[in-house]
Amino acid sequence: MRRGPDYLAHAVLALGGAIFVLPIWVAFAGATESAGAINRGDLSLIPRLSGLRAFLDVLGFGAPVNAHVSIGHMLLVSFAMAMAIALGKIAISAISAFAIAFFRFPGRMPAFWIILLTLMLPVEVRIIPTYAVVSDFHLINSFAGLTLPLIASATATLLFRQVFLAIPDELVEAAKLDGTGPMRFFFDMVLPVSAPNLAALFVILFVYGWNQYLWPLLAATNGHLDTIVLGIVRMITTDQLTPWNLVMAATIWAILPPVAVVLLMQRWFVRGLIEADK
Amino acid sequence: MERRTLFAGWALPAFLVLPQLAVTVLFFLVPAWRAFVESVRSVNAFGLNASFVGLANFADLLGSGPYRATVLRTLVYCAAVTLLAMAGGLVLAVFADREIRGRAIYRALLILPYAIAPAIASVIFVFLLQPEIGLLTHLFRSFGIDWNYVLNGRQAFALVILIGAWKQVSYNFIFYLAGLQSIPRALTEAAALDGARGFTRFRTIVWPLLTPTTFFLVVVNVVYAAFDTFALIFALTGGGPGTATETLVVKVYRDGVINLDLGGSAAQSVILMALIVGLTVLQFRYVGRRTVA
Amino acid sequence: MARLELIGLGKSFGATAVLHAVDLVLDHGEMVVIVGASGCGKSTLLRLVAGLETPSTGRVRLDGADITGVDPSRRDIAMVFQNYALYPHMSVFGNMAYGLKLRGLPRAEIARRVDEAAAMLGLGELLGRKPRQLSGGQRQRVAMGRAIVREPKLFLFDEPLSNLDAKLRVQVRADIRKLQRRLGVTSLYVTHDQVEAMTLADRLVVMHQGRVAQIATPTEVFERPVNTYVASFIGDPAMNFCPARLAAGGTAAELDAGVRIGFADGRRDAPDGTRLLIGIRPQHATLAPDAAAAGLDLAVELVEPLGSETLVHGRLRDGTAFAVRVTGGPGTMTDGTGLRIGLPRDAVHVFDAGSGRRLDPAGLADGAGNQARSRAAAPVAPA
Repeated sequence: MRRGPDYLAHAVLALGGAIFVLPIWVAFAGATESAGAINRGDLSLIPRLSGLRAFLDVLGFGAPVNAHVSIGHMLLVSFAMAMAIALGKIAISAISAFAIAFFRFPGRMPAFWIILLTLMLPVEVRIIPTYAVVSDFHLINSFAGLTLPLIASATATLLFRQVFLAIPDELVEAAKLDGTGPMRFFFDMVLPVSAPNLAALFVILFVYGWNQYLWPLLAATNGHLDTIVLGIVRMITTDQLTPWNLVMAATIWAILPPVAVVLLMQRWFVRGLIEADK
Repeated sequence: MERRTLFAGWALPAFLVLPQLAVTVLFFLVPAWRAFVESVRSVNAFGLNASFVGLANFADLLGSGPYRATVLRTLVYCAAVTLLAMAGGLVLAVFADREIRGRAIYRALLILPYAIAPAIASVIFVFLLQPEIGLLTHLFRSFGIDWNYVLNGRQAFALVILIGAWKQVSYNFIFYLAGLQSIPRALTEAAALDGARGFTRFRTIVWPLLTPTTFFLVVVNVVYAAFDTFALIFALTGGGPGTATETLVVKVYRDGVINLDLGGSAAQSVILMALIVGLTVLQFRYVGRRTVA
Repeated sequence: MARLELIGLGKSFGATAVLHAVDLVLDHGEMVVIVGASGCGKSTLLRLVAGLETPSTGRVRLDGADITGVDPSRRDIAMVFQNYALYPHMSVFGNMAYGLKLRGLPRAEIARRVDEAAAMLGLGELLGRKPRQLSGGQRQRVAMGRAIVREPKLFLFDEPLSNLDAKLRVQVRADIRKLQRRLGVTSLYVTHDQVEAMTLADRLVVMHQGRVAQIATPTEVFERPVNTYVASFIGDPAMNFCPARLAAGGTAAELDAGVRIGFADGRRDAPDGTRLLIGIRPQHATLAPDAAAAGLDLAVELVEPLGSETLVHGRLRDGTAFAVRVTGGPGTMTDGTGLRIGLPRDAVHVFDAGSGRRLDPAGLADGAGNQARSRAAAPVAPA
């Protein structure tokens, strides 16, 4: 192989990295700037240390539409929603995939196909009828209404089924000889053996849940269930009144949790992403 | 694939699939059915009486100029985003696959955008490109470009394409990198011994081996560009100016939620669902051909 | 120690019978090896005994108690799997202790048993390791340990050596045999490897197409195979078969290759002219025909020197493929030469060409040779 630095590779990757990171950096710098300076078009790429307070101040700030709901509250809502969606999906998908992979019961294949049908049907496409259904159940402006429609997805079930089918028959037989029943087997063997897949799926689903926009826009209208993504978009008004420094501070807060989850669990996440879309 | 060793009984497994099945039926099948029912009805102006109109909503839709324009716009949008995002992901993956210092850092940077919400990506780009205060706006103006995506439909369309691609490059990067790493070393070494180097080696050996990954990514990227970009477009332009950035999903929302044309919106939903089911089948038929991971 | 009885045990999947009614008794402390080609039903038999599959017909009894419908974990049986089936997320200790924990054994007792088994198997240092940190041989021993700590009435082995390399296999084979003798646990062992089967077994069960072909000691199976299948399956290189006709009032065979061999052990009770297959093992054919051996011409096609011995492949005059194994180097033998070989009269096996069954001398018809066959077929009386 060639020795010496590969300048071309560094140049291309650095350029790519810059295209991805610079916008985020500008947002960070913007957060530390005064609103007045930004509106004059006077923005420096070097963050002002004295402006770092904005990150704390913004937590108590309320969007103009619902001034009584603070950014901090929205972050909590987003976190609760992302966790509920991620854990909820993992839970119902894992048990249904377990049933489909380890049992033969009447209606097994129809059940599997019904779940499979929904594989790629994003909420955007069925948004209005879904709203109607949730509204019929009087779940608009409830946490259940916010999360339940997003919890159903075939992707996780499919992934788990594949992972579970890869568990060797002999392992199941050994466990049977050792005296495990189905549920004990699920908790003692299936879950620990699938831990890396669980972790990967958690990352993917957490990001998915945190980043939702359209459904929260419809399902939560009274402000108390506003997510951070929703709140930030609402902060932007067409006139000159947009407090850009606070918007950017909130933006940094909004991307921090999913970015942290992805980077911290990078190895599992990459593997899980590739397997999830098989 | 089926397994040999099973557990006995039917009550427990039935109980275990029940939650998933319930959520699926309630929030997927029932809405899909409702969309279908709604799509063959028409509600009068007062919202009181609904009458069966058969396929009239579909006929209206397919006969309408704006809808056709939106279909065409969506096709252009999908093609542009897919091409840009895949080319970007491939180039970056090829270089990130090389043995260079700081590879791990580059990789971490390059997967960052995956974590960022589409709507938030739009907010960040608004900050950069806002007609009055945007940093890049000033830069463009100093080059004599009159940048104002709020008023200029072409600029707005270009912008939603760029942000759409910006967010999706990471995904393609991850898959192409995995694809490259799954190519056996012996193969590239054999090609090197045969005298293939640089771009020739890539074109004749690497690219053909990446075909399954490429095919898979085309489907995923088209689905992404067509549907997952709603938040991105809606937060940035709301579909405007005019209909300059209105893709099919944006139109479903605009017609249904804003213009309250439930029948027309439902018919659009039904068409999109059929489209997605088609794409799913397409992906499943070729999924076996994927060699990557 | 326990006595295992299989009574008319059979298994069908839909219309296809993979196992026809098998009768077999394992005595206290006995090691019985089931051998056969893949798909012969041997693994199914083992899984029926383990309770991992439900038999279509027949019963399984352990020490007189009918365990046919009993849950696998309550059968007091331990099994060593082909791929070891170690729990990947548990340590060596955890793997061995898991079954005992589920049985509700006290902690101290579990620790005692695991330590004892680990010491026996030389796993003491490895108790904290995960399976992926172990070599193939070590994993195999953990799988053994997991079976041993259960202190079961019966061990089942499902091709436990097939994932080891050739050298290690020989060593572990001996270890298993010593361990089984020492523990004295009745064992049923399945393999497709005839060498493994011969070396391990107190008694051998040769299976073919879902049926028991022969049950006997390894020596008996080798010396008196009941049919051409068993004869060709057991022994390496495989036995030669020469087409022939019964002649001289049942006292000799007329080989198609043009030579007559008189039987050393007596007259066969069948009409002259009956089509026969005369079997002879490659190591029993000689290069120096004498009075006790019939001479034959062999056209040499391939000479394989194996060091201390040489394998010669060729064809007889009637085109029958024939192999001879001789001690020493190849000497002047080369491909394409002709060779005069001898078939010693006392080393030939006589089979009926139509049925493939062994034809024993008339006086012996109800003797040793047929005894094995009748044991395979006769139902076993309940103990």
